[in-house]
Amino acid sequence: MNRFTAFVKKEFLHILRDPRTLLIMFGMPVAQVILFGFAITNEISNAKIAILDQSKDVVTQKLISKILSTGYFELENYLNSEYEIEQVFREGKVKEVIVFGPNFASDFQNGKANLQVIADATDPNTGTTLINYTNAIVNDFIGQEFAGSARILPIRIETRMWYNPELLGVFYFIPGVITIILMLVSTMLTSISIAREKELGTMEVLLASPMKPAQVILAKVIPYLFLSFFNAIVILLMGRFVFHLPFEGSIVFLLLETLLFIIVALSLGVLISTKVATQQLALMISLFALMLPTILLSGFIFPVENMPIALQVISHFIPAKWFVIIIKSILLKGNDISHLWKETLILVAFVVVFIGASIKNYKVRLE
Amino acid sequence: MRTIRFIIQKEFLQIFRNKAMLPIIFLLPVIQLVILSNAATYEIQDIRMVAIDKDNSPMSHRLLSKLNGSPYFKLLQVTNNTKVGTEALNNGIADIVLEIPHRMEKNVTSNIPVKLQLSVNAIDGVKAGLASGYMQAIIVEYGKGIIMLNPPSSLSGGVVTQTSNWFNESLDYKTFMVPGILVLLVTMIGTFLTAMNIVREKELGTMEQLNVSPIKKHHFIIGKLFPFLVLGLLELFIGLVVAKLVFNTPFLGSLFIVFLFAILYLMVVLGIGLLISTITETQQQAMFISWFFMVIFILMSGLFTPIESMPVWAQKITLFNPVRYFIEIMRMVMLKGSGFGDVGRHFLILGIYALVINGLAIWQYRKTS
Amino acid sequence: MDEKVIRVENLTKTFGNFYAVKEISFEVSKGEIFGFIGANGAGKTTAIKMLCGLLTPTSGKATVAGFDVFREQEKIKKNIGYMSQKFSLYEDLTVIENINFFGGIYGLSDREIKQRTEELISMLGMEEVSSSLLASLPLGWKQKLSFSVALLHNPKIVFLDEPTGGVDPITRRQFWESIYQAAKNGTTIFVTTHYMDEAEYCDRISMMVDGEIKGLASPQELKSIHHAESMDEVFISLARNKEF
Repeated sequence: MNRFTAFVKKEFLHILRDPRTLLIMFGMPVAQVILFGFAITNEISNAKIAILDQSKDVVTQKLISKILSTGYFELENYLNSEYEIEQVFREGKVKEVIVFGPNFASDFQNGKANLQVIADATDPNTGTTLINYTNAIVNDFIGQEFAGSARILPIRIETRMWYNPELLGVFYFIPGVITIILMLVSTMLTSISIAREKELGTMEVLLASPMKPAQVILAKVIPYLFLSFFNAIVILLMGRFVFHLPFEGSIVFLLLETLLFIIVALSLGVLISTKVATQQLALMISLFALMLPTILLSGFIFPVENMPIALQVISHFIPAKWFVIIIKSILLKGNDISHLWKETLILVAFVVVFIGASIKNYKVRLE
Repeated sequence: MRTIRFIIQKEFLQIFRNKAMLPIIFLLPVIQLVILSNAATYEIQDIRMVAIDKDNSPMSHRLLSKLNGSPYFKLLQVTNNTKVGTEALNNGIADIVLEIPHRMEKNVTSNIPVKLQLSVNAIDGVKAGLASGYMQAIIVEYGKGIIMLNPPSSLSGGVVTQTSNWFNESLDYKTFMVPGILVLLVTMIGTFLTAMNIVREKELGTMEQLNVSPIKKHHFIIGKLFPFLVLGLLELFIGLVVAKLVFNTPFLGSLFIVFLFAILYLMVVLGIGLLISTITETQQQAMFISWFFMVIFILMSGLFTPIESMPVWAQKITLFNPVRYFIEIMRMVMLKGSGFGDVGRHFLILGIYALVINGLAIWQYRKTS
Repeated sequence: MDEKVIRVENLTKTFGNFYAVKEISFEVSKGEIFGFIGANGAGKTTAIKMLCGLLTPTSGKATVAGFDVFREQEKIKKNIGYMSQKFSLYEDLTVIENINFFGGIYGLSDREIKQRTEELISMLGMEEVSSSLLASLPLGWKQKLSFSVALLHNPKIVFLDEPTGGVDPITRRQFWESIYQAAKNGTTIFVTTHYMDEAEYCDRISMMVDGEIKGLASPQELKSIHHAESMDEVFISLARNKEF
């Protein structure tokens, strides 16, 4: 046992002595959480627009100033003719152009005032959202102008956001960031670390030692287990104290599930390392065959339900997807094992499969 | 100058001899492009909706069938029990719940304002925003329809609004994403390969033999850069072909501009990889540092979320993000047909960036410790 | 001809508080086979790297081929060849490709490269494997190739850091025959080794102990001074800090 502990200690020291890697290992989750928390959002505000006002009368003035006062829009430019519209889009300066037809004020009274809202739909969601916003403001304006008379819309809508009163993506991305970081540290780093020994030829030396191969692998893996766990905790703490992430469920249960996922990720890293001979290959496979699909198919940036069926099926084979479900469920709804036994079992199955495959690969090589 | 030729020759030999990496460099990105472009969509349809209809009138029925008839919503259940609706939201069965109050029809026809309550599952902020937006739009339309049918004594005032979507009539999200994802893939491969390249020589020991030779630093860096530049352009080309064939991505503008810019861009991105390579000792370190910057660059590139939605401080940071510029250009040129004049600024900025980064890499590379 | 091609005066290299090389001084004449003998970790490799322009010294003075090791490192590199302790040719390139590459790096013309390639391959007897990847060759052959690459551009001085590490005795002897041949042709050879018997093959040697030079003379002189019959005994005697 002493030999083993010594080996584990050596692996730890290896990692801890490298200030650059260490800095990034702890800086990365922090940076990601900050980015996601503060910078990455789909919400639209201060969208640049251009206005072509062919009437320039009282009504258009009022409507324009109402539009600009909401904070959703920012006026980049007044246009002088329709020919300028395409150019201003080509230059990428505005996302929407609003055209007020001639005789706006008088037509307004008759319900015939002409308004064109043109969106740059290269990003269809932004385009649609801006159009929706514009329409809502215009309708509101109509309501105001004709308040008290019978000409207004009879139906008012009140919207309530459930779980997320401020519509922040925090509750959505914290599980996502944890997933990415864990996959990075546990899978990628582990596979590279083991591949390194192979590439530099030191693996044979290790295997020739009295330590059993399983012990060698385990010793390599343990430091990353601790680091991953530590990272996960840092992220959760940041979520809690910086973003007021709710912790409805049991923290112990959450941490246990996190540990389980870490083990899944580690065993995947080991599996990869049995298949590759160089660090570069380990990196590329971890990155492309795993990281990208994980990020995109686990449901935390793009909703899985909207993807083609084939992709939805594939997403079932991605461990991260189940983990994201579990975490969100615990954090936001306080569910416990009785609700989550199915997902947990799936994660355990992943561990078994990965480790089984690793052992098989290893035995094949020995023969 | 001749020495550059020798380095380039060696690099190409090594790249193409590396049988395991070749499919990763050429095949995998194509596969990823196809898969990810299909995955990366924010389009929503069939949003699961539950209605609490306390009015149960022809008017409420018409509203609900109008909602159900749109491709955006799928009406799962109609109940008159608020609790049932709330449960549906809680259990994740419904994404959005609409509550129609008592006496809606009666009140509307009597011109008494009526309030509808929308409850949205906001765990996915984007989806929630779009869902509530679509629903509001449909309800407003419906409301207008009512006014049309029952015009009050005086003509109703208002506006006739025409909306149009330019450059992407079909509102296809893939059109938006494919160029961006292509950039992403080319970038990742390029940066990681160069970052690990020089460090690998350090780790294996071949670097020393180079350092003891009279080879000039800038020859070395250029010789290292060139093969990966070619590789990147090749990947870009293959990716564009796939984009056209598989996704029918519009190619409005000049591809010449795209490739010209790609050269500049690759010089920046590969230069960053080389720079990282010169300041690290092991491949692991190089990989890790590259990963750190890659993630930040990608997240803040405008690929997944618009730059305009970011807070001002973040937007300023993106000015230093080369990926941002390339994605912008790809989208502007391919989807809108923007011309050279429109993107001149981008060229200038990236040109300077390329010089600075590669200059730094050359300066950082020490043949003597 | 007693032209001094290497001049070293109180050359020192410290890493923090640790003196890897402490105030060594010596001179090497043209055509000499000069050996740097010592145990592993004595500072031999550090010394060689400073002379090759791979490492900047902390203090002292030295010139190699007439060029200063502090300020004219690139000029030194044009005039020297180097074989490192750790194998440093490209395993994923063939014999011919490696020779070709380094020939080009050292500025040989295409014709010269072709000529030297043929010469080397036939001299090394590697005709059969000239198109094989280095990874597939046995260690001894790789070392020989490494040595040849160091001499590829006919440098004035060749630095060899433990060139015979890990090879069998026959190959070792072949190596030393090549070294003699090169020296006869006027190339100065600076070689480090921890094999005491190889010290006998040098014209002069200096013994490195803990970063310092403890003995500097021809092998015969050292043996007589220390009343030793072999270089092993000389080394033990010096290492124990007995009087010189």
